[in-house]
Amino acid sequence: MGIEVSLEGKEIVYKRPKALTDAVTHYCPGCGHGTAHRLIAEIVDELGIQGTTVGVAPVGCSVFAYNYFDLDMQQAAHGRACAVATALKRLMPDKYVFTYQGDGDLAGIGGNETLHACNRGENITIVFINNAIYGMTGGQMAPTTLIGQKTTTSPYGRTTNEGNPIRMCELITTLPGVRYVERVAVNTAPRVRKAKAALLKAFKNQQENKGTSFIEIVSNCPSNWKMTPLASNKWIDDAMIPYFPLGVFKDQ
Amino acid sequence: MAKGLGAVVVDIPRCKGCSLCVAACPTKTLALSRNINQKGFNYAEMAEDTCTGCGICSTMCPDAVLTVYRAKKPKAE
Repeated sequence: MGIEVSLEGKEIVYKRPKALTDAVTHYCPGCGHGTAHRLIAEIVDELGIQGTTVGVAPVGCSVFAYNYFDLDMQQAAHGRACAVATALKRLMPDKYVFTYQGDGDLAGIGGNETLHACNRGENITIVFINNAIYGMTGGQMAPTTLIGQKTTTSPYGRTTNEGNPIRMCELITTLPGVRYVERVAVNTAPRVRKAKAALLKAFKNQQENKGTSFIEIVSNCPSNWKMTPLASNKWIDDAMIPYFPLGVFKDQ
Repeated sequence: MAKGLGAVVVDIPRCKGCSLCVAACPTKTLALSRNINQKGFNYAEMAEDTCTGCGICSTMCPDAVLTVYRAKKPKAE
């Protein structure tokens, strides 16, 4: 049994952000999606933009993001979140518009929309959750699946016959419309803090009309990687980060 | 170690027992309970009164179930 501790004389230093609803997420225990949701909600709280933020939910595990964010949300067809966000931002330039997409949505089905939205330099924030697998549909191979990684559609491990994993940050960086590209991770506490700083900058860029901000969050998928949450976080260090190096790729 | 500096309150029905907070806690204050919540997860709880209110657990928690308290600093005289 746990111990009872008096709260007298103590002040709250952290509590659940207001921009999250009371709904319990459907994410598996230890999933990085929850952490990414929380960071976005904390930033919305800190900037005080809960009433002026519009999010675009993708298709994938985070398809129910509109149930979890206490914000105006729009659901886009599979992969088309950046196109929908383009329309939202052009029609309502005073709103903060962000998309929240997984790797299957952004790099697979929505690769075209993403590249062109970035090439046009739309003044939106793109949050890209890279967990190297299709989570919702049962762990199929995604464009970002690592070579040798076993998934339900590559049971002997991915080979280069199916192509190499796409490094989206490096690809996006070459486009002139993009102003800010950073890859972060959420598997350790210092990295979560860095991820928050990157997201904060990406949202602030919208105030200054600086162009597209692209944040890739390397995340875990304990269920489909068939690991415990702790082992999956370690696997990010061992396998993901050597192929997907963290850092700022572009900041103009 | 000084006791009673901080405290963590866990929203028990919401906790999924992923144990990321337990692994991240630098003072080994948190542990998974032997009891289970409504969803059948062994939820996180304070096992020792060694919390310093650093907030690393809440940084790692994917479900934002932790509220962190820290002792108020005495006013400078």
